[in-house]
This record gives sequence, C-alpha cells and structure tokens, in this order.
Amino acid sequence: MTAALELRSVSKVYGDGPTEVQALREVNLSVEAGALVAVMGPSGSGKSTLLTIAGSLEDATTGEVLVGGLTLSGMSRNDRARLRRRAIGYVFQDFNLLAGLTAVENVALPLELDGVAARTAQAAGMEALEQLGLSDQGSRFPDQLSGGERQRVAIARAVVGDRRLLLADEPSGALDSVNGEAVMRLMRAACRRGVAGVVVTHDAQLASWADRVVFLRDGRVVDQTAPPLGPESLLEPSPSQ
Amino acid sequence: MTVRHALLALLSEGPKYGLQLRQEFEARTGEVWPLNVGQVYTTLQRLERDGFVESEDSAEDGPQRGFRITRDGEKELAEWLRTPPDLSSPPRDELVIKVLVALRVPGVDVHEVIQVHRRYLVELMQQWTRLKEDAAEHDLGFALVVDAELFRIDSVVRWLDAAEGRLKRASVEADAPEATTDAQSPAAMPLPRLGRRVGVRR
Repeated sequence: MTAALELRSVSKVYGDGPTEVQALREVNLSVEAGALVAVMGPSGSGKSTLLTIAGSLEDATTGEVLVGGLTLSGMSRNDRARLRRRAIGYVFQDFNLLAGLTAVENVALPLELDGVAARTAQAAGMEALEQLGLSDQGSRFPDQLSGGERQRVAIARAVVGDRRLLLADEPSGALDSVNGEAVMRLMRAACRRGVAGVVVTHDAQLASWADRVVFLRDGRVVDQTAPPLGPESLLEPSPSQ
Repeated sequence: MTVRHALLALLSEGPKYGLQLRQEFEARTGEVWPLNVGQVYTTLQRLERDGFVESEDSAEDGPQRGFRITRDGEKELAEWLRTPPDLSSPPRDELVIKVLVALRVPGVDVHEVIQVHRRYLVELMQQWTRLKEDAAEHDLGFALVVDAELFRIDSVVRWLDAAEGRLKRASVEADAPEATTDAQSPAAMPLPRLGRRVGVRR
C-alpha cells in the first residue's frame, strides 16, 4: 500500500558556515491513510520544520518527500500548489483564520482558491462545519467565536473537500484540556474516514491520541512507540498488586 | 483511595445493602477498582464500630442487611472531602532514583535511560486515552478516573522532559570555553542525599 506521506532520509539545514543550523537529520517517516501519527519533541527539536516540509511549504535540503506516492521534488511549482490546496489540510496553533471572513467563508476559501464555484464551495463549507457541530456558527466572524469554536472552524477548513493529509502543529494551542481533547477527537474522526494525520506537539496528553508516537530530538527520530496493546490490559491487575 | 469514605459517600444518598454498595462502588469508579465482598463487610463493620453507620435490625449478616449513615458519619465524610491528601513529603520515587543513578554509572547514556521511560509512559497514556475514547460519552465517573490517571502520568513525562532539558543545559555550560574549571558535567554532579530526607513515604 502506498503511504499517504513518506519522508525518506530528509535533512534540513538553515544558514551556512558558523551560523549553520541542522534542523532535521536523515528523518524517515511513513504515515498510512487512516493513521494518526504524533511527532513529539521539545522546542527546537525540529518538529515544526518536519511539518512544513511534509506539507510542501518548505523544501528539504536533502532527501525525498512523497505525498500519495508522488515525489514533491519532481513536481512543477503549479502542481505543488495544487496539491497543497487540494490534498493537504493544515491546522496551526493560532488557528490562522481570516478575521474579515465568516466561519463558512474561511472554510470554503481553499475550495474557492482552487476554482470551485462560490455556491458549491460554501455548501461544502457548511457541510464540514455541520460535521464539527458548528452548523449555527457559519455566519459568525472569528472574533465572535470562542477559542474552541475557532479551532473547530480551522479543522473544518483543513478537512473540507477531498483532503488526504491533515497536518497539525500544536493544534490545541492555548485551549484548556477539555477543548484540547475535543480537537483530538475530531482529528481521530477525520483519520477514521481515511485521512492520514500528523500532529506535532510537546504535549504527551495530546500525543497519546495518536496510533503511533515518534520522538524527535535535535532533528533526529530517536524512538517511537510500539503498536498499542488493547486498553483491556490496563484493567487486568498486575501481579504486584 | 479509601474504601471507608467511598462507602460513606454512597450511604449519604440513602440506606443501602452491602451487595448494592459493592456494585455501586465499582460502577462509580469506572470499574477500575474492583472490590471484593469481604472488603465491603469488614469496612462496614468498622464504620459501625466507630458509630459512622448503623445497620438495620435484621439479625443476620449477609447481602440483605441494610446500612444507613449516621450524623457522625455525615460529619466524618464532610471533613474527609475537605482534608487535602498528604502530598507534603516527597514519595520515594523509583524513577527519580533511576535517573540520578544513571548519571553516575559509567558508560550509561542518561538521555537513553530517560527516553526508555518516556516511551513506556507515553504508551501507557495511549492505552488510557483509547479507553477514554471508547467509553460511553455519558460515563462521567469513568472519564474523571481516566483523566486523573492521564494527568498523573503526564506529570512524570514532564519531569523527564524538564530533567533532560536541565541536563542538556548543564552539559552545554560545562563545554563552554569560558566555563570555570570546577564547572560540573552531569556525571560529576553529586547525588542528593535522598535517604536522609525525613517523611519519605512508600
């Protein structure tokens, strides 16, 4: 099966000479459709760089990035821009909603940019908002929404249309733990519908929603979790008890 | 978790039978704490001895014997709810000791030791989170129990993250050219004398 996202030996260097910073070193990562992978590391470990390279917002210095089996470096600028608009959804820590657009206009924007007729795009936008329990909020502007609602709008925008890859950078941002949990439930629901998800975070509670957690240190993948045991194992008393 | 006060809390809702108390205890704690019948009756006997509950006048012990809370029992419960658990003296934390020892053992990479524990804890959190995800949304008691466990494990992961950050900074400072000769590498740091601290629990 072709992975929805594959990083092959990806390195990223910023600057040169004495100011050179090696942000990523030979990173390999493969995410299947329907899987949610968390990349966990402290600030400065390279996790945001990994996400922007995976999302084709930035180029790797060396190595290959494949989205849906296609090599990004082999694509024209236009093809890459189309891929970003159609196949990849981004969720940022600070939501990045446009203040002058309503919730539904924000959600419909990627489709409209991609040439979908306004009416069709807005209908798809409303549908995405409904799925996230925001059917009454479509005509509100971001500053009329709570933090939790804004992040749900951002997730609706990231999954609208036929996205295959959902990339999230600290998606619970400054939300409290209950709203943070709601965000992760939505990410998992999107993955159950077949989207591949990558969330980068320093927060273990957020990461624990993922099927697999990859640990990043100084730009290197140093470890990852084993496939999860069934939760039943927690309820069996251990011999020491 | 004291079974004693949990039983008082259940009886504060109205008189109940022993068997019923056991079932309700398990249901309210998300079935995470199994309780045997013997524990329930021993605890009820002690509560009765202390005057916190009284039994109905039925002569025999058994599942059909009913219990109710007394005024003293209500007072005891109210006081217990407001008494902070003893977190003032540090527990003898095995993980802290392992990391401290790893600093001193030649040939051991303390970062690798930290990562082994971090991975294990995150895997444990994944299992708890999966339980919470699968649980019925209205099962509030269960969600609260799982949250408590997740926050507890999370605090240990955060300690590991903080420890790693501190070790990294210490080694950078030790490597810096302007560092004085007595700058300490992590391996040269003295072990705190944990054993002499008073009030070590567990």
